[in-house]
Amino acid sequence: MGGVMEKARARARAGAGEIPARPRPDAEQDGAARCGGRRPMTITEKILAAHAGRDHVVPGEIVDVELDLVICHEITTPPAIRMMREIGVTRVFDPDRVLVTPDHFVPNKDILTAELSRRLREWVKEQGIPHYFEIGNHGIYAALAPEKGFIRPGMTIICGDSHTTTLGAFGCFAAGVGSTDLAAALATGRLWFRVPESMRIEVRGRLPVGVYAKDLILYVISKIGVDGARYRAMEWAGEAIAALSMEARMTLTNMAAEAGAKSGIVPPDDVTLEYVRQRTDRPFTVYESDPDAGYVECVEVDASTLEPVVALPSLPSNGRFISEVEPVPIDQVYIGSCTNARIEDLREAARILRGRRVAPGVRTIVVPATSGVWRQALAEGLLATFADAGCVVSTPTCGACLGGHMGVLGQGERCLSTTNRNFVGRMGHPGAEVYLASPATAAATAVTGRITDPREFLQ
Amino acid sequence: MNATTTTLRGRARVFARAHINTDEIIPARYLNTADEATLAAHVMEDIDPEFPATVRAGDIIVAGADFGCGSSREHAVWALRGAGVQAVIADSFARIFFRNAINNGFRVIECPGAAAAFQEGDDVVIDLAGGRVCAPGRGIDLAFVPPGEFAERLLAAGGLLPYVAGRVQARTAPNEAAPAGSEAGAAQAPSRAPRTSPARERRAPAGGAGSTPSNALTPEQRSPQEAR
Repeated sequence: MGGVMEKARARARAGAGEIPARPRPDAEQDGAARCGGRRPMTITEKILAAHAGRDHVVPGEIVDVELDLVICHEITTPPAIRMMREIGVTRVFDPDRVLVTPDHFVPNKDILTAELSRRLREWVKEQGIPHYFEIGNHGIYAALAPEKGFIRPGMTIICGDSHTTTLGAFGCFAAGVGSTDLAAALATGRLWFRVPESMRIEVRGRLPVGVYAKDLILYVISKIGVDGARYRAMEWAGEAIAALSMEARMTLTNMAAEAGAKSGIVPPDDVTLEYVRQRTDRPFTVYESDPDAGYVECVEVDASTLEPVVALPSLPSNGRFISEVEPVPIDQVYIGSCTNARIEDLREAARILRGRRVAPGVRTIVVPATSGVWRQALAEGLLATFADAGCVVSTPTCGACLGGHMGVLGQGERCLSTTNRNFVGRMGHPGAEVYLASPATAAATAVTGRITDPREFLQ
Repeated sequence: MNATTTTLRGRARVFARAHINTDEIIPARYLNTADEATLAAHVMEDIDPEFPATVRAGDIIVAGADFGCGSSREHAVWALRGAGVQAVIADSFARIFFRNAINNGFRVIECPGAAAAFQEGDDVVIDLAGGRVCAPGRGIDLAFVPPGEFAERLLAAGGLLPYVAGRVQARTAPNEAAPAGSEAGAAQAPSRAPRTSPARERRAPAGGAGSTPSNALTPEQRSPQEAR
C-alpha cells in the first residue's frame, strides 16, 4: 500500500481526544512486539484487543470492549430507552459517540411507528445527542453513518441491527446486537464480546462486466451457507477486493449477516482512506492482519469466473448463476436497502433503464439509501431516468425490505429485489416470493418483466 | 431460575427445520410494538398459524440448526417468552438470537441431534446441572453444550441489565442517582428481568432471575461457548 497508508499510520493516535488512555498499537509497534514473541493476530483481534486494553486476545475468550460509536434507529432503540430508565440510567455514556436516525418505517407509516419515532426524537432532545438526522437529512443508518463521516478505520461500532456488519468495510469491528445490548452499551459505552474466529475470503482476478459485489457475496453465501460464517469474522482480501469502491465493499460486509457472521471486515487501503478523508478530519488507527495470523477457514474465489447471481426463494444461500435461473415473470422489482441503494447502485440501474421503459405490469420501486444519495441522484439526472422509465422513487427508508411499507407484497406475488433476505414473509405476505440480485439484474428484469441477465443490456 | 432450580420440564414443540429465522419467529410487520403479549399473539405464525393458539405456558421449543438467524430483533425472544415458552433447545443457534436470549435470562440449550430425536408433545426434561436433555420413557438422553461460565453468570443475574444496573450505580455520583423509590431500586435486587407485561404473568418459572446478582463478573474469562 502506498504513501497515504504510511501517513495514516504516522497520524494514528490513540483515539486522540475521544477516548483517552486507551493503548492502541500502531503498525510499527505491532511489528516490534511480534519480534518479542507475541501471538500473531488478525485485524479483528487487534481492534478488539486495543479496545479491551489488552496486548492480545484469542478467539473464544470473552472481552469487555470499549465502544467508539453506538448507532440507534427507531425500531430497536425505544425498547432500549425504556430499559435504561428501568435500571435508573439517566444519561447516555457519551452523547458525542451516539448517532441516531429514524430509518425503518419513515416517514411514519402508521400511528404505532409514529410513536416509535417520537420516542426516539424526544430522547435525543433529552440527552442532548448532537448527531441526529431527521427526515430530509436521514438515511438507512448503515449507509448514512459512513456518508456523514462517522466511520473511520479501527473503530468499534454496534447498532441494534444485524446489518451493522456493513460498517466493517472500513476496517472496523462492527456487530449487530439486540435492544438489551444496546441499552447496556448506551449506559456504559462498553459491551462484552466473544472474540470471533476469523475466516478469510480471498478473491483473486477481477469481476467481469455486469458482475458486481452483490453477485460475489451471493455466490460466497451459496458456497458456505447461511451459517457458513456463524459467530465468525469474515475478512476479505485479494485483488478483486482491492479494485472495489467503498460502496461495493459495503455490499460485501453488509451480507456477512446472511452468512451468520458476527462481523465482516475489509482491511483499509488507499480507497478506504480517500473516502474517509473526504468526510472527516478526526484521527483514526489503521490495523492490519499479521501475515501469519490464524484463520479457521480460507475460501478462495476467482472473480473472473463469476456470472450474475440470483438467490432463489427462500434463503439467501439459494444463489444460482443467472444462466441456470428460469426467466420467471416478476410482479415487482425493488431497488433499495442497506445492501444496494447507494449512488453507485442507482447509477448501475439507471444505466440500463435510461431510454427504456419498465415492462407493463411490473411495479418498479427505487428507494435511495440516504437523503444524500437521493439528492445526488437528482443532480445526476438518475431520478428523472427512473421516472421516465416508469419507476416510482421513494424517500429513503428500509421500507419493504423487511415488509414495512413502500412495496409490501401480496399473496402469490413475486419480487426481484436488491435487498438482503428472501425469507418467507420477509417482504410481506408469507405466500409471496423474493429473489435477490444486483441492481443491474433488477433493472434488466424490470425492463423485460422476467428474471434477466443484465449483460444483455451492457454489451 | 433460583439457585436450587436445576431442572426444567415441559412439553416439546418441535420445529425440526434448520435456519428458522427471526422473521419467522416474529414477522417485521409486528415490530411496531415491543409488548410481549401483543408479540406473543403472532409468534411463529408464518410457520405454524396454529402455534399462537396452541402454545402453553412452560412449553419447550425443540428446533434444528442455526435457530434465530437473520434480523437482530430481540422481539423474537420477547415473543417466545411472552407466549410462555420456557426454553428453546436447538441443534445450534444464530449468534444474535443466542446473545439476546442470554441477555434476557432466557434459557437456550445448544444440543446437537435434538431436532431429530424429539417429537411433538414429548415430555422434555432439561437437567441444567447435569448438562442433559432427556425424554423419560422415550429413551432420549442427550448431552448439551454448556453455555460457559460467563453466560451462566448473566443467566444467574437475571440478564445483562441487572448486571449493568449495578455497574452504573457503582460509578454514579449521589446527586445523579435515581430518586429513592424509583425503578432503579428494584434493579438492585433482580429477582427477574426488569420488564413486565401481562404475558409475563403466565410464564412458567424458567431460566431468569437469580438469587444473587453477580456484578463481580470478570469479562476476560475464557469460555468455549459463551454467550458467543
